[in-house]
Order: sequence, then structure tokens, then C-alpha cells
Amino acid sequence: MNCNAKHIVETIAKVIFFICAAVAIVAVLCITGYMFTKGTPALAKVGVIDLLFGTAWQPTAQTPSYGIFYIILTSIVGTAVAILVGVPIALLTAVFITEIANKKLAAIVQPAVELLAAIPSVIYGLLGMMILNPVMFKLERIVFRGSTTHQFTGGSNLLSAIIVLAIMILPTVINISVSSIRAVPDHLKSASLALGATHIQTIFKVMIPAARSGIMTGVVLGIGRALGEAMAINMVAGGSVNIPLPFNSVRFLTTQLVSEMSYAEGLHREVLFTVGLVLFIFIMIINLILAQVEKKGAVEK
Amino acid sequence: MKNKLVKMMALLTATTMVAAGVMGCGSSDTSTGADGDANANEPAASEADNATDAADSEAAGGADLSGSIKLAGSTSMEKLANAMAEAYMEKNPNVSVTAEFTGSSAGLESLAAGSVDIGDASRALSDEEKAGGAVENIVAIDGIAVITDTANTVTDIKSEDLAKVYTGEITNWKDLGGPDESIVVIGREAGSGTRDAFEELLDVKDKCAYAQELDSTGAVLAKVAATPGAVGYISLDVLDDTVNGLKINSVEPSEETILSGDYLLQRPFVMATMGEISEQNELVQSFFDFINSDDGKNVIKSVGLIIPQ
Repeated sequence: MNCNAKHIVETIAKVIFFICAAVAIVAVLCITGYMFTKGTPALAKVGVIDLLFGTAWQPTAQTPSYGIFYIILTSIVGTAVAILVGVPIALLTAVFITEIANKKLAAIVQPAVELLAAIPSVIYGLLGMMILNPVMFKLERIVFRGSTTHQFTGGSNLLSAIIVLAIMILPTVINISVSSIRAVPDHLKSASLALGATHIQTIFKVMIPAARSGIMTGVVLGIGRALGEAMAINMVAGGSVNIPLPFNSVRFLTTQLVSEMSYAEGLHREVLFTVGLVLFIFIMIINLILAQVEKKGAVEK
Repeated sequence: MKNKLVKMMALLTATTMVAAGVMGCGSSDTSTGADGDANANEPAASEADNATDAADSEAAGGADLSGSIKLAGSTSMEKLANAMAEAYMEKNPNVSVTAEFTGSSAGLESLAAGSVDIGDASRALSDEEKAGGAVENIVAIDGIAVITDTANTVTDIKSEDLAKVYTGEITNWKDLGGPDESIVVIGREAGSGTRDAFEELLDVKDKCAYAQELDSTGAVLAKVAATPGAVGYISLDVLDDTVNGLKINSVEPSEETILSGDYLLQRPFVMATMGEISEQNELVQSFFDFINSDDGKNVIKSVGLIIPQ
């Protein structure tokens, strides 16, 4: 093969790489442009304050009101609590896999965690609906026995959604934490043990701090997953727009889109695009934070 | 070296094909969008076609018709419209009947704009729509059943009480002569045809306090069956043994009571046309003839609806 042919192949290859890269970038630009052009008109029509901070969601009423404040709040509260519950469990599981369990046991636990990641979200929703909701209903009836003001939801509430979300973020956080704990240099661990620290002390004072940025990446990805999840929580959260209290039936940004997009018309539909835009902006913020965390991690290393 | 080159070329071809595939998808998307927009201009042409077709085939009867009929409207009427279209096309293989499900109001708007031949609506037409020239052709009647879980002892409910249950004034079954059990109020999401009809018929529009808003009839059925103390509403035709269908004002939800007009929660399924059916083109007329034929009636029954008298 002569030089000329080589050169042609090189050039063609470069062009193809460029086209492939462009597909992703064009897609992102298109989606961003689309979300903003579709999502902003309703902001102007309804009013930014009325839309984002209004608490009444009555899109089909005679005088409709399109307040999505409770929906935004539900997404934030639901995600935050799911992270608070899920991350400690995930972190301790990661420590267990890397440090505590013997090889045989770790070889069982880790694939199990990976399997958890592979289960489709609709299955989580189904199990939540059939198992979690009835349990929650029993709990609800005990907690609110004799209450005349509480609206009974049959167990479809924020708490159910949080539990489902907490379980769903486990594999993301565990897998990334496991690899970052494994990446901690052996000499740090050896030095700590040589100085007389116990194994547990070494884990919490040396290993986890050293793996911090990796773990943070896992947590941020977990937040992204929880914020973007729709199917599973749509099946367990009840779907009425309410203040996010544990036993209230609630609606998330994602489930808002899932449940109403098919029939919505006119301004109602436009507002749903705004809901999508809000969700989109949240996810963008999460991604920016992720980029910062990774940058910081790279600098530390 | 040569071998490598071949491999490289193969890889390149594969990548190009993938890239082309991706772009193909993108462009087909935009073309569907364009189709939707283009629809508005199409019917004029196709109507002209139909007119000539009609003249040609008048003597021969329905079997030789060709052309297309466009329906758009109520999502609640999806089952009916699709089944009817299929059965009709079996009889008239040269006619294509396409149905879109954009919602009752959107369907009537398309009808008014002239982009479809028939506008489906799962409600009576408004005076405004009638003033615009739309004619209400009731092809079927849909009943809404109010359901509870099978353990519930309440079997009959007054419509005022039902309204109060849905607005949150009555929260316990014991106030309705049932067990001391809280009522879990289940309904459909805003925009659903069934919810619209239910709230309108009970005059509780926009006043309902739902504990759960689900996005399909099946979900309502499943949740009510599984939740003690739950109450929900569904299309009458999907009512089954997993739940109890409540009597409303002591009237059992059934075909007879709906036809006699005694059962309160019923709504018409309308296939609206601009002007009377007799003013429509041959195709649309033959479609309505089919609906009124025995075959058409069987289709209506098969999707769980009631034939209007």
C-alpha cells in the first residue's frame, strides 16, 4: 500500500469520526433548543411566578391555574430523601464488597448488585405497587387512625416513591464507589494499618476519604437517576398534586409529563413542556456539578 | 497490510451505515411532522377525487368505492374507531380509513378546519361547535361505572353522595351505610375523557380531591380491586368481577338502564360531520351506512358500547 492510499484512508476515517461526534452534539443542541423554544412560551403566558411558584394545578378548570410549585418541590424532596436513605446503604455495601467480604462472598454480592441495575424500572414500579403500597396503606391506617383531615391514599404516597427511588439508585452508587475504593493505593491502607489503626478505622479514616471524589461522582449520578426516574414512581406515588409530605399522594416532574402528555391540549400542553424544561435544567445543573466534582477529583490526583 | 485495509474499509462502511441510519431516523421524524402540516391542504384534493369516484361507482354500490376517509378526535373512542375502520375496510378494500386520536375538542377543530371528514367526540357537541356547522351523529353510548373493591358492603350510592365523596366532603364509608373504612378516592388524570365525562355528569368539575390520579382505565381497575375502601370510575365495558359496580340512585349500571336513560353516568360517542350525513361524499355516507348496518352494530357491541336507539 502506498502513502497516498494511506492518506486517503486516514482522511476518510477522520471525517467519519467527526460526523459521529457531530451526531451527539447536534442531538444535544437540538434537544436543548427544542426544550427552550417549547418550554418558554408558557412561562410568558402564565407568568413566571404564577407558574413556578403557584400551588394550584387545575389545567382543565374553567379558569385554569398552572402552578407547578408542589411538583417541583416533590421532585426535590423525593430525590433528596432518597439520596439520604440510599447513599449510606450503598456506601456500606461498597465497603463490604471491597474490604469486609471474602472473595467468594463478594463474588455473590457484586453480581447481585449489577443485576439490580439491570432490572427495568417498570418492574420496580410493579413490585412497589403490589407489595409496598399495601404495606404503606396498613401503616397509613395506623398513623392516621381516626383522622378526619387526612386524605387516605391507599398507600400510594411520597414514602413509597422514596423507598423505590432509594433502591433504584443503589447499584449506581455502589458500583462507582466499589471501583473508587478499589482504586485507593494499597500503600495508604498498609501505612494506616502499620500505624496501629484497626481495619474499620482504616476504612472510615483513610480509604473512604481517599476515594471521596469517586464516591461523590456516584452520588451525583444517583441524584440524576432519581430525578429522571418516571415509570416506577408513576406507579407508586399516587399522582395527585400535593405538598410533599410522607403520606400524601404526590406527583413528580417526570410523572407529570408521563401522565398528562397524552391528552393535554393548548396551554396545558405548553405548560407540560415547561415542566420538561424545569426537569431538563435540573438535570443540566446536576451534570455541571458532576463535571466540577470530576475536575476536582482529577486535580487531587 | 492489505488485510488491514479491507478491515478498515469494512469498518468505515459499517460506521457510515450507522451514521446514515441515525440521520435517516432524524429526517423521517421531520417528514412525519411535515405530513401533519400538509394534511390541511390534502382533503380538498381528495374530496374532489371522491366526488368523481362516487359518480363512477354510484350504480355499482358500496363495494367499488375507493379513496380515503379521515377521522380524528376522542382518545376514548380509539377502540371503537379502529374496530369500525377495520371492519369497514374489510368490506371496502379500496377505501382506507385512518383514525387519529387527538382528543374530542382537537378532533372537532380538525373537522371545522376541514382536515378530516369525521370528528370523533366522546361528549355532546357544544352550541358553539354546532353553530360552526358540525352535526352530532351519535353512533354509540358509553357508560361509566363507579367501582369499589369487592369487600365493600355499600352497593348503592346517591349521585349527590357520590359527588360529595369526590369533592372530599364524605371521607368514610360509614357515612354511606358501609363499614368504618376511609374512602380512597381514585380517578383519572386531567385531560382524560373519562374524567371529563364523570366530573361533568356529576357536576363536580374541577372540585374533585383525588387521592390518586392514574393514567389508564386498567390502572384504576387494578388499584381499586387491590385497595380496601377505594372508589374509582371506569368505562362500563371494562367492568369485571374483580370489583363491584355501584348502583347510582338505585339504578344498576347496565345496557338496559343506560338505553332507558335511567342510569345517570352515560355519555354519547359522536362522529361529527360538517353538515348532515346526506350532504357528505359517497365514502362518508357509506361509512355511516356501515355503522348502522348489522355488521357495524356488532362492532359497537364487540367493543363494549351500547347502540343508541
